[in-house]
Amino acid sequence: MASIDTTVSHDNHGDHAQPYGIMRWLTTTNHKDIGTMYLVFALLMLLVGGLMALLIRAELFEPGLQVLDPARFNQMTTLHALVMIFGAVMPGFVGFANWQVPLMIGAPDMALPRLNNFSFWILPFAFTLLLGSLLTADGGPASGWTLYAPLSVQGGMGVDMTIFAIHMMGVSSILGAINIIVTIFNLRAPGMTLMKMPLFVWTWLITAFLLIAVMPVLAGAVTMLLTDRHFGTAFFDPGGGGDPVMFQHIFWFFGHPEVYIMILPAFGIISQIIPTFARKPLFGYDSMVFATAAIAFLSFAVWAHHMFTVGMPLAGELYFMYATMLIAVPTGVKIFNWVATMWRGAMTFETPMLFAVSVVFLFTIGGLSGLMLAIVPADFQYHDTYFVVAHFHYVLFSGAVMAMMGGAYYWLPKWTGHRYNETLGKWHFWLTAVFFNITFFPQHFLGLAGMPRRIPDYALQFTEFNMVSTIGAFGLGIAQLLFVYIVVRCIIGGERADARVWEGAEGLEWTLPSPPPAHTFTTPPKIA
Amino acid sequence: MSARANKALTAKLAVVVVAMFGFGYLLVPLYDLFCEITGVGGRTGTVTESTAALAKADVSRDVTVEFTAATAPGLPWEFHPLQRKVTVHPGAVTEVFYLARSKSRRATAGQAVPSVAPFDASRHFKKIECFCFTSQQLAPFEERRMAVRFVVDRELPPAVHTVTLSYMFYNVDAAAAADSTATAAATGEKT
Repeated sequence: MASIDTTVSHDNHGDHAQPYGIMRWLTTTNHKDIGTMYLVFALLMLLVGGLMALLIRAELFEPGLQVLDPARFNQMTTLHALVMIFGAVMPGFVGFANWQVPLMIGAPDMALPRLNNFSFWILPFAFTLLLGSLLTADGGPASGWTLYAPLSVQGGMGVDMTIFAIHMMGVSSILGAINIIVTIFNLRAPGMTLMKMPLFVWTWLITAFLLIAVMPVLAGAVTMLLTDRHFGTAFFDPGGGGDPVMFQHIFWFFGHPEVYIMILPAFGIISQIIPTFARKPLFGYDSMVFATAAIAFLSFAVWAHHMFTVGMPLAGELYFMYATMLIAVPTGVKIFNWVATMWRGAMTFETPMLFAVSVVFLFTIGGLSGLMLAIVPADFQYHDTYFVVAHFHYVLFSGAVMAMMGGAYYWLPKWTGHRYNETLGKWHFWLTAVFFNITFFPQHFLGLAGMPRRIPDYALQFTEFNMVSTIGAFGLGIAQLLFVYIVVRCIIGGERADARVWEGAEGLEWTLPSPPPAHTFTTPPKIA
Repeated sequence: MSARANKALTAKLAVVVVAMFGFGYLLVPLYDLFCEITGVGGRTGTVTESTAALAKADVSRDVTVEFTAATAPGLPWEFHPLQRKVTVHPGAVTEVFYLARSKSRRATAGQAVPSVAPFDASRHFKKIECFCFTSQQLAPFEERRMAVRFVVDRELPPAVHTVTLSYMFYNVDAAAAADSTATAAATGEKT
C-alpha cells in the first residue's frame, strides 16, 4: 500500500492511478471513501424508513382506516423496522467505524480493504430486494420485523425476498465486523495499547464480536423459515413436530445482542464528544471499557424478556427479570461517568454537544422504561402496547440515531474540511429533540392505557394522543430535511476547518489536516 | 508479516461465524431437550401399560382432567372430546374418547399434537395409548371414535387440582391442504 512517489501531492487522492466518476466509488478500497458511502447509504435509508413511519403515523392520525389498508399497514410497520435497523442504524455505525477507527488508532487503512468494498456493495442489492418485495402480488413481509412463525411461514413471495435480503445484510455486517476486529487487533500504531484506545474504538470492537456471534444465528433462523416454507421441514410447524415458540427463542437469542449492537457504538460516539466539549478527559475510562464488555456479555443471557407472555415456568420468568435488571448496573455506570465527565467542566454547547447531552438524558428515559418492561407482572400489561414502541424509540432514535447525528456534526469538519453552519445545526438539534418528544412521549400514555401496537385502527379514547404523536412525527420528519441540507452544504463548502476543529478535541484524528488526505498514517504516528 | 497475521485472524473469526451458524441449528435439539425436562410447551410424557399397572392409585386425592380440541385451518374435520372432564385419582389408568368426523369428499390425514396446562403438570401427565401417536387417515365423511389411555402420576405437585389436556389436529397431507377450502365449501352445500 505504501506510496511509490512521495513527492506527488496528497491533495487529490493522488499517489496512484485512481478511476474517476462512478468507477471510483465502485472499485474503491479506501476506508474514507467506503465510510462515506456507508454514511450516505444510511442517511438515504433513514429517509426511506422515515417516509414509511410517516405513512404509519398518517394512518393513525385518527381512528378508522384512511390512508393504508391493513395489509399495507402491516407491511409498513415491518419494513420501517427492517429498513431502520439494517439499513440506517447498522450501516451508519459501520460508516463511522470505517472513517474513524483507522484514524483513531493510527492505521493506514482497514486491514481487509477489498472485503470492505464488497461488504458495502452488498447492501444496495439487499435493500433493492427487500423494498422490491412491496411490488409483489402479496406485498412485502407483514409479520413484524421479528418475522414470527407461523405468520412468516404463511406470507407470499415477499417473505422469501425478505429472507434473502436478510441473508445478504447478514453477510455484509459479518464481513464488516471481521474487518473491524482484524484492523483493531493488527493495525494499531506502536504504543497504542488496547487500554489507550479511544472509547469509540473499544465499543466498536465489542460490537463487532457481538455481530459475528449473533448474525449467523439470525441467518440460521431465517434459513429454517425458508426450508419450512418450501422444503418440507417442520422446525416451527407443530403438525410436523416443531414449535413456533422456538422461533421466538432463536430470534431473540440474536435479537437481544442486536439491541446492544445498535447502541454500543452510540455510547462510543458520546464518549468522544462529551470530553471534547467539557474540556476534561473522560471520567472512569477503565470502568467504561468494562461496563461495555459487561453489557455485551449479559446481552446473551436475557433474551426471553421479549417473550414473557408466551408461557414460561415461573423460575424462568424470575431469572430473565433479574438478569435483565442487572444490565441496568453497567449501563448506569456509563450514564454516571458521562455526567461526572461534565461535572465542573468548562462546557460549551456546540451542536455535537447538544446532541450528546440530549442522548444521555433521553436514553436514560428509554432505559428506565426498559426497566419497567423488565418487571414480569407489569410486562403482562405492557407487552405489545405502544409503551414498548415508546421505549425502544427512546433508546434507538434518541439513543442511536441522535448519537450518530451528533457524531456527524462532530466529525464533519474533519471529513470535509469545512465547518457546517452552526446556527442551522442548533436549529436542527432543537427541532429534532422537541418533535421527537412530541412524537414519542404520548405513546407512553397510549401504551399504559392499553393501545396495542401494529394495528391500523384504534379505539376512540386514544385519538388525542395519537394526533399529537402524528403531528410530532411530521415535524420530526421535516426537521431531517434540514439535516440533509446542512450536510450537503458542508460538503460543498463553508468556512475552512483547521486540523484540530474543536478547542478541546484530543486524539490522533485531530493531528491530521482537515480534510485528511486519501492516505493517512502510512508511517505509523508516535503515541505519547 | 502483517498480511499473514490478517489472514490468520480472519480465518479464526470465520470459524467463529460458521460455528455460530451451527449453534443456531443446535438450539433446535437443545430446545427440544429443554421442553422434555421442564415441560415447557405443555409437552406430555408417555408410559407403558405394564409400568402404569404397577402403580397404586392415590385414592386420597382427586384431580380434575379437562379436555379441549381444535383443528388447524386446512383440515376439514370436526373434532371434539366425548366428555368435557373426568375426575381421576393420581396413579389410576383412565380411558377417554374423542370423536373426529371428516367433512371432505377426499381421503384426509391429520396429526394431533397434545399439550397440557399448567406446565408443571405436563410432565406428570402420561399417555399409555393415544391417537396422537400416529397420524390418522379418514376416508371421505368417515367418523372415528379415538381413545386416549392416560395416567396422572402420583408425583403431580400437590398445588395442582386441575389439568387441561388439549389436542390440535394438523393437516399432514399437503395436497389435501391445498383444496380443502374448496372441498369444505362443497360439503357445506350438501350437509
